[in-house]
Amino acid sequence: MISLTINGLEVSMEEGTTLLEASRFYGFPVPTLCHLDGLSPYGACRLCVVEIGQGANAKLVSSCTYPVEEGLRVRTASSRVVKARKMILELFLASCPQSKTIQDLASSYDVRQQRFKQEHEDCILCGLCVRICEEQMMAKAIGFRSRGEKRSLGAPFDLKSEACRLCGACMYVCPACQLRCTYTEPDKAICGGCANLSPPCLEKNSFDDMMCYMEPCVACEIKKD
Amino acid sequence: MNPEHIREIVDHHEGGKKAGIISILEDIQAQYSYLPEEALRIVAEKTGRSLVDIYGVATFYKAFSLKPRGKHLVSVCLGTACHVRGGPRIAEEFERQSEIKTGETTKDREITLETVNCLGACALGPIVTVDGHYFSNVTFPRVKEIIHKARAGLDRVDIQTDERIFPVEVACPRCNHSLMDRHHYIDGYPSIRVTVSFRQKHGWVRLSCLYGSFSVDQEYEAPRDTVVNFFCPHCHAELIGASECMTCGAPMVPMLVRGEGGMIQICSRRGCKGHMLDLTGVNF
Repeated sequence: MISLTINGLEVSMEEGTTLLEASRFYGFPVPTLCHLDGLSPYGACRLCVVEIGQGANAKLVSSCTYPVEEGLRVRTASSRVVKARKMILELFLASCPQSKTIQDLASSYDVRQQRFKQEHEDCILCGLCVRICEEQMMAKAIGFRSRGEKRSLGAPFDLKSEACRLCGACMYVCPACQLRCTYTEPDKAICGGCANLSPPCLEKNSFDDMMCYMEPCVACEIKKD
Repeated sequence: MNPEHIREIVDHHEGGKKAGIISILEDIQAQYSYLPEEALRIVAEKTGRSLVDIYGVATFYKAFSLKPRGKHLVSVCLGTACHVRGGPRIAEEFERQSEIKTGETTKDREITLETVNCLGACALGPIVTVDGHYFSNVTFPRVKEIIHKARAGLDRVDIQTDERIFPVEVACPRCNHSLMDRHHYIDGYPSIRVTVSFRQKHGWVRLSCLYGSFSVDQEYEAPRDTVVNFFCPHCHAELIGASECMTCGAPMVPMLVRGEGGMIQICSRRGCKGHMLDLTGVNF
């Protein structure tokens, strides 16, 4: 067992657990976007930052990738941490303003507007979909492509991957894309509560084939049975 | 593309054990000048890795291209020095005249246009290179001429057979400072003084300024066939260009020719006589 201090509380955790797991286990909330139990930690969204160390040595680390250390002093909600999280949330709002997950998180941190150039992406490159596809679905149908500014997620050559079983897990875990409806491409079609005023599902006879896991569909309110 | 050929390339790399993806892709790129989709599928199948991984690597590195590239590569320098001297406008002019965007290839597969961040000859900016040949101080009217020369093929001009012996005056391509040493003569002319380093040794070397003469005077005797790094004694920048010696494959050392302009390139390998004088970019 390793003993450490979280927000002044002396706790002990087993070796190998992360600061995020420890904090949550003892009831200190830490927000995350790219973390999901059962998937390998990735440290992409940086929302889970916590402050460790003392005085001049204090630094921010991503708690989901940082293992517990003997005698570590962790602060999960210091002013520095909150400031960093607010900035990260502003950046997320600048790129993906339409995501409800991000909006809710931002509002819980009292971030109501952002100061950056407004974009309308539907991806924060958190890699959740890539990891769930590889680690839980054993498919490896999608992955990261290109790099830098052009980095994107998707299947090779933008074609439907042979490895993809249309399980929809990637859309289910996505915190940003809000289950994009892909009805215009029938062979990829997974109904995703498209928030469309004229629901395309109504024109489709084959609703059952759409593999809809939202019951009822928030947009078209058709039930599966 | 021949699928069997791709399989041979993969087999050549011990069946593609985990580490070899980049070198396999490099070999395919060297053969076909791009990475065909089918080839990536074969590599994925042969190495037992997923197509996602192979595709990720192929799109990550700028050295790999998924689209066919042209016979001639035109690189417009957009480094800081070339940028302030009008590089971006030159690049636009190339785009307009060749009717393609940067990074694309003309329909007849002749020319691929790309921009690069520095070619190491900032004193000559804006620089354009065509298949390793330098064009210096490029202006709008010369763009057409450069495209024309690129299509004609610059490598057909056989510079290596130039056996005339004449003195040249050279300068550092980075700081434009003269490299001539007027106090020490070799072959009856002022020598070219540069600093060299090889195998932990660091010293000066004086070269004959007669183009075609290989007389040298040096502080430390470099063993034959060692590749030596050349530096400017004034700005201490390494004299290194993008091209390789056509004889031995070692990096070529570029130096600026004073007066007419143009570049002189000598092989950095001791004992190799590869050298070339590139005056193709110069208006006489």
